[in-house]
Amino acid sequence: MKAIHRKALRDLWHMRGQALAIALVIASGIAMLVMSRATLDSLVDTRDRLYADYRFADLWAQVQRAPESLAGRVAQLPGVAEVETRLIAGAKLEVPGFGEPVEAVVQSLPDQGEPVQNRLYLRAGRALTPHADDELLVSDSFAQAHRLVPGDRLRVTLRGRTQWFTVVGTAVSPEHVYQIKPGAMFPDYQRYAIVWMGRRAMAAALDMNGAFNQITARLAPGASEADTLAAVDQVLARAGSRGAHGRMDQLSYRFLYEEFRQLGTMTRVFPAIFLGVAAFLLNVVFTRLVGAQRDQVAILKAFGYRTADVVLHYALIVSLIGLAGSALGVAAGAWLGTQLAQMYQLYFRFPFLHYQIGASVVAIGVAVSLLAALAGAGRAVLAAAAEPVASAMRPPAPARFRRALLERLLPRRSLTQPLRIILRQIERQPLRAALTVTGLAFAGAIMMMARFQDSSINHMVELAYRLSQQHDLSATFTELRPARAAHELGALPGVRKVEGIRQVPVRLRHENHSLKTAIEGLRPGGVLRRPINDRRQPVDIPADGLVLNDYLARRLGVTVGDTVWVEVLEGRRAWAQLPVAHLVRDHVGLAAYVNLDALNRALGDGDVISGVLLTVEDGQEAAVFHELDRRPGVLGAGSRLASVEALYRSIAQMTGLFMWISILMGGIINFGVVYNSARIALAERGRELASLRVLGFTEGEVATILLGELAVLVALSIPLSFAVGYGLSWYLASNLQSDLYRVPVHIPASAYAFAALTTVVSAVLSGLAVRERIHHLDLIGVLKTRE
Amino acid sequence: MVITQGEAVFRAEGLTKVYRLGDVEVHALRGIDLMLYAGEFVVLLGPSGSGKSTLLNILGGLDVPSAGHVWYHGEDLTAAGDAQLTQFRRDHVGFVFQFYNLIPSLTARENVAIVTDIAPHPMPPEDALGLVGLRERLDHFPAQLSGGEQQRVAIARAIAKRPVVLLCDEPTGALDSATGTHVLQALEQVNATLGTTTVVITHNVDIARMAHRVLTMADGRIVREAVNAERLAAKELRW
Repeated sequence: MKAIHRKALRDLWHMRGQALAIALVIASGIAMLVMSRATLDSLVDTRDRLYADYRFADLWAQVQRAPESLAGRVAQLPGVAEVETRLIAGAKLEVPGFGEPVEAVVQSLPDQGEPVQNRLYLRAGRALTPHADDELLVSDSFAQAHRLVPGDRLRVTLRGRTQWFTVVGTAVSPEHVYQIKPGAMFPDYQRYAIVWMGRRAMAAALDMNGAFNQITARLAPGASEADTLAAVDQVLARAGSRGAHGRMDQLSYRFLYEEFRQLGTMTRVFPAIFLGVAAFLLNVVFTRLVGAQRDQVAILKAFGYRTADVVLHYALIVSLIGLAGSALGVAAGAWLGTQLAQMYQLYFRFPFLHYQIGASVVAIGVAVSLLAALAGAGRAVLAAAAEPVASAMRPPAPARFRRALLERLLPRRSLTQPLRIILRQIERQPLRAALTVTGLAFAGAIMMMARFQDSSINHMVELAYRLSQQHDLSATFTELRPARAAHELGALPGVRKVEGIRQVPVRLRHENHSLKTAIEGLRPGGVLRRPINDRRQPVDIPADGLVLNDYLARRLGVTVGDTVWVEVLEGRRAWAQLPVAHLVRDHVGLAAYVNLDALNRALGDGDVISGVLLTVEDGQEAAVFHELDRRPGVLGAGSRLASVEALYRSIAQMTGLFMWISILMGGIINFGVVYNSARIALAERGRELASLRVLGFTEGEVATILLGELAVLVALSIPLSFAVGYGLSWYLASNLQSDLYRVPVHIPASAYAFAALTTVVSAVLSGLAVRERIHHLDLIGVLKTRE
Repeated sequence: MVITQGEAVFRAEGLTKVYRLGDVEVHALRGIDLMLYAGEFVVLLGPSGSGKSTLLNILGGLDVPSAGHVWYHGEDLTAAGDAQLTQFRRDHVGFVFQFYNLIPSLTARENVAIVTDIAPHPMPPEDALGLVGLRERLDHFPAQLSGGEQQRVAIARAIAKRPVVLLCDEPTGALDSATGTHVLQALEQVNATLGTTTVVITHNVDIARMAHRVLTMADGRIVREAVNAERLAAKELRW
């Protein structure tokens, strides 16, 4: 090994503490990058394989009832490669031993053989026996939540008819990777299930022999989705179509799409912050390291080493730190990635997961960290190497100082000498001070982000499920019922209050904007379901006109006073033109609200409702629940409290891992910046500080001068970290916006306090580590060695 | 390059150097004319700030004059670029500094190797250290060596490449008399055995007695030139 390489290794060993701190920061950035990138790549790859191998459909259309012959006409449309028909219906399940009713979507499977599209992955048990009419398959998530195994029995109520079925297997479908009830925010596997049964058995229950109510299709290569959807709608119009839709309106597909998009944002934002801070640290550390080796650089050059040789020498040191950080980061990222992927597996029920860390991810990680490291150190090394040898051999001229700004503003005697030194030191190198403050601010901001997801999503749930919704129980009817049905249910023992509502699937149009959603018809003066405005005040439903949530209004490009075309996607497919009366702020879904009576009048259906909201006496919830469930006209009943609790559990699970990773990494950055800054300051000013000790300053006084500067910078960084943290949260939140939900930026005071506290604690720990070194300052040596 | 005794190695004409140190403008050299010959042992005397180090740095290609010219074997160093000066130093010049300037993270042997690694015809580091009497201290780090030993490592480092010229800036300035004598003996031996043109800067008038020629500087000029009719051996020097 060449002597100069030995020097590189020894120098690295000598600065191992600082090198480790930098390597850890780099490792954090690379870990974030590898974790999120590998998870994203693995999930996308798994999804794509699942969709291809299990023949995920491109198009869905639901109708009220259509003869099988109509499918042939759809199949002949240009752009349609293949079609498949099936039956689909809502049902109620009763799981022995589970007190609450379970809502289910039942889909038919061909009586013989596998479906052509949306094939099932059988996780346990076996497929249905051909033509069996008492067997079914259940979704694996639901089976897992209730510990169901093949051979268990379930009671299914379909169209008012109740029958016992035997579970013969559990399955995963590409249509239900994200198995969520429409309108919900998070899956509830205990109370929502997907069930598959034979076509013949289901046709008998629904009275749909020779007919279908859902058709799925795969598009021909290169076919236009929009054109094909329009053509399908035309063919199916008279069969009571609710409008065909593509993958983007398929709930599970859409959730995956949005979630992957958000994960993509994370893969960009976080690694950039970490690697940026690492580059900054390297810059500061190397400016000082090379500065201290100024004479060694000069000697190397005096003996004939070229500038390029010197640059390479330091590049080697930097690269070794970068590589160590990368290696650590890739390993940590790979491990964290498996943890994250496992967490996603709880929500995305992929039957398999192709977890992979692509060579490209690792290559990108290593390249990015080396670039960050070299960019950070490059300036310092080039500056040192470019200095003329003779001037580098001379002692550096005393640094230029001047009276600090604050000194000039304050009366002459109001500042102590140590305070003057601190202020002048900061002002002499404003760029370095600014960079240190910025680095610390990002560390604090990351601490804030750790809390942002958790608190914002909880806040969203609070607004959506506590402020806007006031009921205890809700029930949906199997079909429209006269409004007096609400009064009947209101008369049940234990019920305090009841309100009828009506939900209608619609397509809203304004100019060239069009969106599928549902309108909720609410009674004016109702209190159990009340849209809220941006000041969190309930908004009364006006006699006429629509109340839209502001996100939906933006999507449609409308505001109060504009008119929206409403196309009803059920029954007689009526049209209506309604003015926008109010805007409200909903964070979940794309809800539109309208006066129930006005809705019924517009649709000409008489005084009808599709469900009810109820409040019940304390302790009566289970009894009322049971009573509702018993009624054949009730499709499903839900408890708001139970859903909210399930929601909080899901949120805690999902955000917990992210929070701990963020706290750990924010701490690493903070320590990296503070510890390195202190060590550098000590190394640069060791002579000065030792001289002060010789002059009679105590260790404490010397520490005050050294650490006081850092304390000022830490204090300055805290308000900046609040601003940066808020900005980053806002950026994340705006990226979390989707039709499904909008996360509000809600950062509680505790999150600010948490960020400030961790910054201070970390700074104090770093300060203590450095203070110990002040104790070992060489007081005699400083007087002997040359300047 | 073969150099016969008495051939001119350096020729300088009208060397001037002005540089700034902070806010102060320093006139380090004010028009120096000089010839240095192959195999010569020259001592540069003069008080602090007289311009000795600046002259040495310019001769060694570490610095460039503000005006004037230096020729090394007929080649104008003042017209050379950074790359050519680097090559010049790498191939022909050895330096010894007052404060040794060893690299603290390398052992004695490695401090020499850092030069022999890049020199065209070096001697083994062990031999160079042997020449200065440090064969037993090869694997000691600078912090484990005395001042005199460190300076001898620096001399070994300077001569290991078999330089044509050896430029020494106060090599004994930080050493006591006995240790300094050891160091001078090493320089004397190198000059005698390798025929290296040696220039030594010193404050110490006694050391001048071992030189072939003594140049005295003051205020940026050479004010006196003397040839020693009779040289003393380094071991005979006392101060």
